Amino acid sequence: MSLSSKQKATVKDFFSKMSTRSDDIGAEALSRLVAVYPQTKSYFSHWKDASPGSAPVRKHGITIMGGVYDAVGKIDDLKGGLLSLSELHAFMLRVDPVNFKLLAHCMLVCMSMIFPEEFTPQVHVAVDKFLAQLALALAEKYR
Amino acid sequence: MVEWTDEERTIINDIFSTLDYEEIGRKSLCRCLIVYPWTQRYFGAFGNLYNAETIMANPLIAAHGTKILHGLDRALKNMDDIKNTYAELSLLHSDKLHVDPDNFRLLADCLTVVIAAKMGTKFTVETQVAWQKFLSVVVSALGRQYH
Repeated sequence: MSLSSKQKATVKDFFSKMSTRSDDIGAEALSRLVAVYPQTKSYFSHWKDASPGSAPVRKHGITIMGGVYDAVGKIDDLKGGLLSLSELHAFMLRVDPVNFKLLAHCMLVCMSMIFPEEFTPQVHVAVDKFLAQLALALAEKYR
Repeated sequence: MVEWTDEERTIINDIFSTLDYEEIGRKSLCRCLIVYPWTQRYFGAFGNLYNAETIMANPLIAAHGTKILHGLDRALKNMDDIKNTYAELSLLHSDKLHVDPDNFRLLADCLTVVIAAKMGTKFTVETQVAWQKFLSVVVSALGRQYH
């Protein structure tokens, strides 16, 4: 399910439109992840407060979104471009890849909330595919 | 049995009370067929699903979307026993329609995205939690009679 060149352009275009709110979307998405799927908090036991909207959750959401934006720039070679991030997730973080899907869903919900007009079904499918490709690239080194 | 707090009941009821079933039903089903095109396999008799534009203009799809929302309304009106309310519907989807139950989850996700767009910032974290809990109960009930 790789991206067509039209879909890549759609992703780049939408992310560019989103850039003024990217921090909010990142922070909100991670907050919603830990709220809607409480089992994901298991990865954040080292934080004093892993509740939705807490400072460490917001900060980390912003970090993750930064990574996603970085990946947009590497959209033509996600596996190659995200090699070191993949090693990080495989050997150090060891986040079960099922959680990438859950976070992607939360990101899509936030994008839809904040950009209801722009987040058309066509944009939705392109971004969903991109996030799925991103997740695959992140899991590349897992086994 | 699923336990619902008063807050959860209020949140779910409030969401449904703001919804135009035709609009949200149509948008959610169209989005599902576009974002997850393999779901089109169940709609062979629904006419032109050639691309996103034709899907969004298809009146049979729109009507079916409305039907789905009315089906969800039944779950809303029977929140304390969704499992039994949907027993027949589950058998229908299994034995007559032969729908892979994973599709219920896909449609549920699209419904969430459409409602998030409709409600904007009113779709708070608490709202999303309650809403997705409701949908996961619905999805589970729909898949329950499969054998």
